[in-house]
Amino acid sequence: MRLEIKDLHVHYGKIEAIKGISIVVNEGEIVTLIGANGAGKTTMLKTISGLRKVSSGQIIFNGEDISKMPAHKRADLGLSQAPEGRGIFPGMSVLENLEMGKYNRKDRKIEMKEDLDKVYHLFPRLLERSKQAGGTLSGGEQQMLAIGRALMARPKVLLLDEPSMGLAPLMIANIFNIITEINKTGVTILLVEQNAQQALQRAHRAYVLEVGHVVKEAKASDLLNDPAVRAAYLGTGAH
Amino acid sequence: MDFALLRDAFWGLTFDGLALGAIYALISLGYTLVYGVLRLINFAHSEVFMIGTFASLVASGIMGVKVEDDPRTGWKMVLTLLVCLLFSMAASAITAVLVEIVAYRRLRQRGATKLATLISAIGVSISLVELFRIITDSLPREFPRIMDKTFLFSYAGADIRNDKVIVIVAAGVMMFALERFISKSRYGKGIRAVSMDETTATLMGVNINRVITVTFLAGGLMAGAAAFFYILTYENTSFKVGFFLGISAFTAAVLGGIGNLKGALFGGFMLGILETYTSAVFGTAWKAVISFSILVLVLLIKPTGLFGESIQQARV
Repeated sequence: MRLEIKDLHVHYGKIEAIKGISIVVNEGEIVTLIGANGAGKTTMLKTISGLRKVSSGQIIFNGEDISKMPAHKRADLGLSQAPEGRGIFPGMSVLENLEMGKYNRKDRKIEMKEDLDKVYHLFPRLLERSKQAGGTLSGGEQQMLAIGRALMARPKVLLLDEPSMGLAPLMIANIFNIITEINKTGVTILLVEQNAQQALQRAHRAYVLEVGHVVKEAKASDLLNDPAVRAAYLGTGAH
Repeated sequence: MDFALLRDAFWGLTFDGLALGAIYALISLGYTLVYGVLRLINFAHSEVFMIGTFASLVASGIMGVKVEDDPRTGWKMVLTLLVCLLFSMAASAITAVLVEIVAYRRLRQRGATKLATLISAIGVSISLVELFRIITDSLPREFPRIMDKTFLFSYAGADIRNDKVIVIVAAGVMMFALERFISKSRYGKGIRAVSMDETTATLMGVNINRVITVTFLAGGLMAGAAAFFYILTYENTSFKVGFFLGISAFTAAVLGGIGNLKGALFGGFMLGILETYTSAVFGTAWKAVISFSILVLVLLIKPTGLFGESIQQARV
């Protein structure tokens, strides 16, 4: 398993949002894309999952170029996304939201109980709320639900878009602990984050994006100590 | 104005109103389902219903029933009724799916505006009406009496007629089946997911186009059943039958809160009963005035309908 993006260009109308980005995500890694607002991080994830059209370049997953494949088919290949803003179905119960994660799995009936148990084990809070409507959950619970739902599809690569957004510090630490835990079970993770501190602490490798370009690629721990990165993305570099 | 009639025949009128309301409710489900998924008023839905009534007419011909014949009895009657019902449901469902593919799908895939799709809907509606005007020489058609219509019993001065009982019971069964389908089945969940958040539904692997086809299919099946119940009760149809029924059913959907299935059911029954009462008081000529007035009032006072929920919230 390997996800490779080669010289990707993506446009919003006439504006070029991604200007020739190449990245690689190897099996078992946590790779993070960090950068300021408008750097193109979310667009990258949306393009990988098929929500945005590729202008040129390739998205190679497991040796297959999927850049022209419709989004709903990419989910079947093992690309699973917890989207920006979480995308919880507000009128569905927590359980129904989780079941939606398996919508296209052939063996969904056989796998359902086992995978629900796994997700509930990871997020006991979701079990407590399983009958509650998704729209009534707190932000942190919704993020848990979004990640849990993505896991229901038994992903090979999990795409996480700003999981820390709008959450309290304690909940952020909690969510990142779980992300690390999920990775240890063998799920490869591509993580987009504004919270560079947390992201770099958890990831193996990182790419720094600026206005549609990759400006730096390195081991996450190296970037954490890089003065330029610290100044730009980790506050003033104090502590 | 004749309030004495309303007072004396109150329960009988209520019963008739329920039977009419069941037909409205079945049609309005189609408006509301499509609106939930596409945020589009499918103005061709009234013609989906109209074609259903003609399908029953064709089916009765195939079954060898003629207008001058005596009503059938026993298994032969049941079989004829069932064939007509299934024919109507199939014809309406196929029409609904074709309308989507021909008139909406390509516009959607080109990212056309809602207005363009709406105009396309009206265009399809006019084309189908005019097509049937030509086929039928603008004349109404009579539907043979398949079953003998008798009063089963009287309750509180209301005479309960057998065909209307069938309509109410059968419509109830259909609605129950649809509710189960929407809440429990895989495609039902797909429909709800798309109506709440299309983008996320895609990420879950939902094929949006297929869900939309299933939505039109379900709405068409309900409209087809309504068409059969209508022609069974009123025993005639014409190319313009869709217009009046469609407006009432659309009013019912808006009254209950469009996009909301329970609202469509409630709105349908409520409008059926209201129209029957007001027809008794003011005369049947006022029926259309009543529906339009209710439509305008709801849109002015409470555009989200009685079960009004904001767009973001659950609707099924």
